Amino acid sequence: MARFIARRLLLALVTLWLLATIVFIITNVLPNDVGRTILGPFAPQETVDALNERLGTNRPILIRYVDSLRGLVTLDFGDSFVSGKEVFPQVIGAVGRSAKLAGLALLITIPISIAAGLYAARRRDRPADRAIVLLGVTLSSIPEFVTGTILVVVVGVQLGWLPVLATAPATADVLTQIRFLLMPALAMAIVYFGYIARMTRAGTIEVLQADYTRTALMKGLTIGQTMRRHVLRNALVPTVAVIAVQVGYLFGGIIAVEKIFNYNGMGSTMLFAAQHKDLPMLTAGVIVIGIVYMVATLIADLIMAWMNPRIRLEAER
Amino acid sequence: MVESIAPSPLPAPVATPTTSTISERARARRELIRVLVRRPSFLIGIAVIVVWVVCAILGERITPYDPFNGFFGGHKPPSTAHLFGTDRLGRDVLSRVMVGSRDVLIVAPLAAILGVTVGSFLGLVMGYYRGFVDDVLSRIVEAFLALPVILVALLTLVVLGSSSVVVVFVVGILFAPIVARTVRSAVLSERQLDYVTAAKLRGESGLFILSREIFPNVLGPTVVELTVRFGYAIFTVATLSFLGVGLQPPSPDWGLSVSQEYANMVAGVWWPTLFPALAIASTVVAVNLIADSLQSVLNE
Repeated sequence: MARFIARRLLLALVTLWLLATIVFIITNVLPNDVGRTILGPFAPQETVDALNERLGTNRPILIRYVDSLRGLVTLDFGDSFVSGKEVFPQVIGAVGRSAKLAGLALLITIPISIAAGLYAARRRDRPADRAIVLLGVTLSSIPEFVTGTILVVVVGVQLGWLPVLATAPATADVLTQIRFLLMPALAMAIVYFGYIARMTRAGTIEVLQADYTRTALMKGLTIGQTMRRHVLRNALVPTVAVIAVQVGYLFGGIIAVEKIFNYNGMGSTMLFAAQHKDLPMLTAGVIVIGIVYMVATLIADLIMAWMNPRIRLEAER
Repeated sequence: MVESIAPSPLPAPVATPTTSTISERARARRELIRVLVRRPSFLIGIAVIVVWVVCAILGERITPYDPFNGFFGGHKPPSTAHLFGTDRLGRDVLSRVMVGSRDVLIVAPLAAILGVTVGSFLGLVMGYYRGFVDDVLSRIVEAFLALPVILVALLTLVVLGSSSVVVVFVVGILFAPIVARTVRSAVLSERQLDYVTAAKLRGESGLFILSREIFPNVLGPTVVELTVRFGYAIFTVATLSFLGVGLQPPSPDWGLSVSQEYANMVAGVWWPTLFPALAIASTVVAVNLIADSLQSVLNE
């Protein structure tokens, strides 16, 4: 197991380096003049030169690249163009606030989707299964901001059941805070329901057809016992993988959801940075979310290796 | 060579690229279409897309009002005169929703085609040559998959400036690695088959084997991937427009309309937001219904 983890960590480091390189190419190689990009086409040349001097973007590209990698290692992504403060702590704070929202979304969606997927697999090709599959395809293809909009109109404005903004008053207790976060979390939970339910269904159907499931049933175990002891452990392996991937996507979709519900998290921070061409902030945001994604897939790999020894042995070979 | 157990006097039928194989392919394609049109979800998907394509092409010629010029009347709720109400500039929401499909139906397919073209080329090369090329490209694909698509698109559009061309390129390039992974795994199972070995023994070049032997056989998953990517491209382009970095005003684009009007929802003005939102939902759902039917028909 130790070798497995070491190997995975090493690969993650390589991925991180490539990720940082891609981001560097976008921010430093694509625009031939970073100062001009920030100030726009009408700024006088002297101002552009002065900005390039201040940002260090007039130095040779290789030096800038080495500098950006050093920044990655020391977690120093530079200062914000807008506030002049270091960007990394600000991004971490924003990710923390978004994590509350994302966590609530996952907390809602995971149990419901897995239950729906298992139910659909047990009733394969019957109306209930068809309905769950169709609902999953439909819901997972609608963008979060569309789901959010429809929720606001129906649940917030017409029915008046939940607040239409995400941020509770500062003095609110935990329950009130959750009440305020419920609708944005729901907007995201609805989108991820489809992916997780479909993956659970596919995994379960495969395992239900396996010889060892038939053996278990034939030696007299009830369907409930078979599900608990033999089916679930194997059927949920692909589901764990898909949930890990969703954690990364969650932080992409959250930008639009935070805009709709006016929530001050990662999304608003990145959107504000985009409006002000605050490149260090955006760079730090992309890399931090990339790291979140990689940690999530790493944890998923470990869970999968624990659930199914074959994966563990395969990876060690 | 393998000795057959009961040697037959006649040589085994060899598939040669004559008219018979071509008509066989045509027959298989007709059969595929016949199975597809019996699926209600495929038909519903096609119908919805046809409606939006017709709206996009005919545009102003069939809208009840001018979608771009209002009467400075401000918000008016849905009524018999304006079925979907009017927006903040007094423009008819129904007319704007009808022409709103235009930009996204050009940008999203182009992005999907770019992504699938680049992605299948990479996937073919990775799967066929394996070895060092595959290792290096696989690492790069892995890194791309860790990138949050919306956030990277946001960053790139800030750096390069927003225009439809940049949106096509950004979304297309970000989709390519995902396609590459799918095509690569399809190629991996094909390259071990006898027809590839036969082509190698004939002395065909790698390029010939990839383009004329393997590619036609992984066309199925590639077409499915194209429809799936088309759906995601609409999803992504709409989201980028909503965030203000995709399509730009005065485009009547649905995502952009939602972005310009959503703040009024709290005041009870829901119609200029809800109808474009429903239009986006109907389009992506339709594309996904088509993709889903294609996938299950091709897998059977």
